[in-house]
Amino acid sequence: MCVCVCVCVCVLQCCRSAAVCLCSSARRGLSCNGWSGTIMAVEFEGGVVIGADSRTTTGAYIANRVTDKLTPIHERIFCCRSGSAADTQAIADAVTYQLGFHSIELDEAPLVQTAASLFREMCYRYREELMAGIIVAGWDPRRGGQVYTVPVGGMMTRQPVSVGGSGSSYIYGYVDSNYRAGMSKEECLKFTAEALTLAMERDGSSGGVVRLAVVSEQGVERQVILGNQLPKFSTV
Amino acid sequence: MATVSVRQYHRGGFSFENCKRNALLEADINKLGFSSPAARKTGTTICGVVYKDGVVLGADTRATEGMVVADKNCSKIHYISPNVYCCGAGTAADTEMTTQIISSNLELHSLSTGRLPRVATANRMLKQMLFRYQGYIGAALVLGGVDSTGPQLYSIYPHGSTDKLPYVTMGSGSLAAMAVFEDRYKPNMEEEEAKRLVRDAIAAGIFNDLGSGSNIDLCVITKGKVDYLRPHDVANKKGVRTGNYRYKHGTTGVLTKAVTPLNLEVVEESVQTMDTS
Repeated sequence: MCVCVCVCVCVLQCCRSAAVCLCSSARRGLSCNGWSGTIMAVEFEGGVVIGADSRTTTGAYIANRVTDKLTPIHERIFCCRSGSAADTQAIADAVTYQLGFHSIELDEAPLVQTAASLFREMCYRYREELMAGIIVAGWDPRRGGQVYTVPVGGMMTRQPVSVGGSGSSYIYGYVDSNYRAGMSKEECLKFTAEALTLAMERDGSSGGVVRLAVVSEQGVERQVILGNQLPKFSTV
Repeated sequence: MATVSVRQYHRGGFSFENCKRNALLEADINKLGFSSPAARKTGTTICGVVYKDGVVLGADTRATEGMVVADKNCSKIHYISPNVYCCGAGTAADTEMTTQIISSNLELHSLSTGRLPRVATANRMLKQMLFRYQGYIGAALVLGGVDSTGPQLYSIYPHGSTDKLPYVTMGSGSLAAMAVFEDRYKPNMEEEEAKRLVRDAIAAGIFNDLGSGSNIDLCVITKGKVDYLRPHDVANKKGVRTGNYRYKHGTTGVLTKAVTPLNLEVVEESVQTMDTS
């Protein structure tokens, strides 16, 4: 079991020594896979609502139109992945292992902040080699619903609402003007779905279906909003 | 005076508007002594589909070396374990060696666990190896198999990202094959229907992509059984020559003939059969 993680972490070390050729331009090139869309997370009383689009692109071709970017890290902790698919999948797998191990050692549910710290540790240490924008969101008994954002570069900060991915640029205005503290679960779901729909409408790298999840003390409820069921806006 | 221009309503079909412009540009470039870049295909159409009882994997059989066909009938569906097979696109050596390495490790793993290996295990091993090499191993794979958790299909990209889907295509002909899948895929198909679908998808790649060609190989994996159909469909049969360059006997007149017999003594005669297995 130890071998798995060591491989993952040590090898990223080797990558560092060959770092120059691994600069971002190589990954943004045509042959890379996974330049993904729009992700969002909102805290509410008692939990978090997370959402993402479902498009993964290789250049101009959509490699996967039904991607699930909401990845479970632990029972009540999720991460929303944006950026390079390969990088975020590898990081999420490594953190899932580390958090699972930590949780068994503690014999207790892990804190969302711990998960976010593990992501930050990896994203900051290998910041030159990675292209990963991650939002960590979940519920723990100590601090309730929390959203932590770990953008490219490896910063970590807690925010009540957070958006990420290439499509996020188009919805900062919408999110800033429509977010109110103290929204209910249903209001948060509607807010997230509408924000993601607007981003998918304008961003070429975002599209497909809207995947939503509510993480709370009761557990996880997942839902999918298909293309024809998305909220409609008045732009022609 | 302002001229009023009415934009022509564009009817359907291909727009040839830019052909004249392209021809002029081409001429200009050639005048300067340069040649416009040529399209380079890497070849291959591979695909897979999950049906009612298992998975069907398909592949073409052309291996290219630049613009030349290096192998007209190469095998792109590789064995990973008795219940897991993997199609490979990209650099032939990379796909071959990567699948062999993981096949070997998976067999050791299976002996250690005492169980039939799982498709997800093969997927994990492949993605971790490819991520480790940061995309320098040019192996794009379609991994499929049936294990205790059911039939599964994964697409694995050279940088190490994977997608678990009911139908996947990879390679230069993947867009042609995906067009066929998007049109006709249904969940829980019967075996014959699934085989026909995969065959048609690969055929679309073979006939519409320069890098794919020759025959169609299929691999049908179900619980407890694997049908490795090679070839399943000989889509490109070599034609019969209509003319002959050989000259008939007597075309060249014989002027003189001299026969000198060589007296040889047979000392030893032994027969060694060639191993054609």
